[in-house]
Amino acid sequence: MSETPHIDIDYVANLARLDLSEEEKAKLGSQLDDILGYFDKLNTVDVEGVEPMAHAHKVFNVWREGDEPGETYAPEVLTKMAPEHRDNQVVVPKVVE
Amino acid sequence: MSDLHFKTITELAAMLAAGETTSVAITQAVIDRTAAVDDKVKAFLSSDADDALAQAKASDERRAAGKAIGPLDGIPIGIKDTLAVKDQPLRCASKMLENYVSPFDATCIVKLREAGAVIWGRLNMDEFAMGSSTENSAYHTTCNPWDLETIPGGSSGGSAAAMAAGEAIATLGTDTGGSIRQPAALCGVVGMKPTYGLISRYGLVAFASSLDQVGPFARTVEDAALLMQAMLGKDPLDSTSIEQPEAPDYAAALKEKKGPWKLGVPAEFFGEGIDPEVKANIEKAIDWYKSQGCEIVNISLPHSELAVPVYYIVATAEASSNLARFDGVRYTHRSEESKDAMTLFTKSRGEGFGDEVKRRIILGTYVLSSGYYDAYYLRAQKVRRLILSDFEKAFEQVDAILTPTSPTPAFKRGERADDPLAMYLSDIYTISVNLAGLPAISIPSGFTESGLPIGLQVIGKAFGEADMFAVANAFEKAHDYAQQTPKL
Repeated sequence: MSETPHIDIDYVANLARLDLSEEEKAKLGSQLDDILGYFDKLNTVDVEGVEPMAHAHKVFNVWREGDEPGETYAPEVLTKMAPEHRDNQVVVPKVVE
Repeated sequence: MSDLHFKTITELAAMLAAGETTSVAITQAVIDRTAAVDDKVKAFLSSDADDALAQAKASDERRAAGKAIGPLDGIPIGIKDTLAVKDQPLRCASKMLENYVSPFDATCIVKLREAGAVIWGRLNMDEFAMGSSTENSAYHTTCNPWDLETIPGGSSGGSAAAMAAGEAIATLGTDTGGSIRQPAALCGVVGMKPTYGLISRYGLVAFASSLDQVGPFARTVEDAALLMQAMLGKDPLDSTSIEQPEAPDYAAALKEKKGPWKLGVPAEFFGEGIDPEVKANIEKAIDWYKSQGCEIVNISLPHSELAVPVYYIVATAEASSNLARFDGVRYTHRSEESKDAMTLFTKSRGEGFGDEVKRRIILGTYVLSSGYYDAYYLRAQKVRRLILSDFEKAFEQVDAILTPTSPTPAFKRGERADDPLAMYLSDIYTISVNLAGLPAISIPSGFTESGLPIGLQVIGKAFGEADMFAVANAFEKAHDYAQQTPKL
C-alpha cells in the first residue's frame, strides 16, 4: 500500500454485480480514494504474529443437535413476493440459449 | 409529564397492575401522539394502528382474566425497519425491498410477543443500517425532535426520534457500529447495545454479521434492562447466539449493585475532534461518579484511533457478502431492463440500492478482492484483535469504562452528506465496542447551551450487562435529564 491507493471502479463494480452510471463512478472513485488513504493508518501498527479476529467470542463449529423436520412455508407465501411469478415458481429472463 | 405517552414502562406496568389504565388507552395515546407530531418528526415509515389496538385489546383481556404476563404486557414498542415482523413491511428503508412483507417474526419479536408487548409501527433508518444520520433512508429523512433542523443520528434514527417525541413507550434498534447509542445520545434517550451473541440476530436483516446486535431504546436504564431480560438467550436459529452459564437477573442487579465502582476513563476518547461542550459535560459526569466514592482510573486504549479504518474494512467486507442476496430474482426490486442473468443482477442492484449502500458494497468488494485481501481485510482483522486486547487489559483494572457517546451533538441536515469520511468519524467512540463484542449503553448526561442532548457511554465487560446497567442507573437516578422532553 505504499503508492497512492486507487480503486478500479469498473473491475470492482463487475465483481459486485452492480451497475453504476458514469456520474456515480466519478463521484465514488474520488470518495473511495480518500477513504482508502485514511485506511493507510493501519500500516502504522505492527501486526506481526497477531492472530486475525473474525468474531467476538471463541465459538467454533456450532452443530445442531438433531435436525427435526418441521413446518415450512406454503410455496405461495414465498413466491408471491417475487417480482414475477407463475404457478408457484419464480419467473426470470431466459438464461440459456 | 402526566401524558401516558411519555411515561416509562415501569410506571405504566404499575398503573396497569393497579387498574388505573389499560393497554388500549396507552396504545391509543401513542397512536394519537404519533398522528399529532410525526408530520414534523417523520420517525415512522409506516404504522398499523388497527393491528396495534388489536394486540392491546388482547392484552387487556388477558389481564381481565387474571393472566397478565409481566411488566411488558400491553406496552407499545416501536420497531426499526430492519427487524422482521410477520405480515408487516420489511424494507430496511430501501427501494430494493419496497414490496417486501415479512412472512415471519424475528426471534426478538417472538420474545416480546411472549412477554405481552404490543408491536408498533416501522421506524425509519439509514438504508440497510448504513449511516449515522438517517439521511440515507430511501423514503424520507427523520428530524431530531430537539431541533428539527438537525439529524437524529443513525442508523436507528427513527427509533431514537420516536422515543424523544413520545411516539412509543420503548423502541428496538440495531447497532453495528453505534447505530443505537449515537442516535440515543443525540436524541436524549437511553440506548443500549448488548454483548455480541446475547440476543438472537434471527430476523434481523444482516449488514455485518460479526458486529450486528439488536438492542433497546428506552426512557430509563431500568426499562432498557426489562427489555433486555425479555429478549436475551440462546436461539437455535442463530448459531452465534450464546447461552450464559448463569441466567442474569437485571432487576435484582439494579436493586443490589450500588457501587462504588472502579471506572476507567481512556485519554484517547477526549482528544482531537471532540466538541468542547461535550468534553466538559462528560468530565462533569465523571466528577459526579468520583463524588460518589468511585475510583476513577486513567486507562489507555492505544489502538482506538484505528477502530474507524478497521470497522469500515470489516463491516463493508461483510456487507458486500451479505447484500449479495438482493439480486433481483426472488423478493427484491427487479429492473425492467433485465434482459439476461447478468443485467438482471446489475441493473436491479444499480436501481435498488442508494448511494451509501453502493459505496460500501464497492469498498467491501475491493478489500476482499484478489491482491488486496492481505493488505486490507486480513490486516484489519489483526488490528481488531489488538483493539480487543486493549479492552481486556483495561478490564483487569476497572468495572466499567466511561466515555462520550458521540464527539459532537446533533449536526445540521446535509452538513456531512457529501463527505462520507466525516460521517464515518461520527461513530469514533462507539465502533471499537462492536469490534470487541462488548456491551455499552448511552444515557442522557445533559444539554448544550443551544439545548441539544449529550450522551454518556458506559462500556461493560463481555456479558457484564448487570454491572453496566447499575453504573448507568446510579447517574440517571441522581439527575433529571432523562425526564426532560422536547417542545414540539
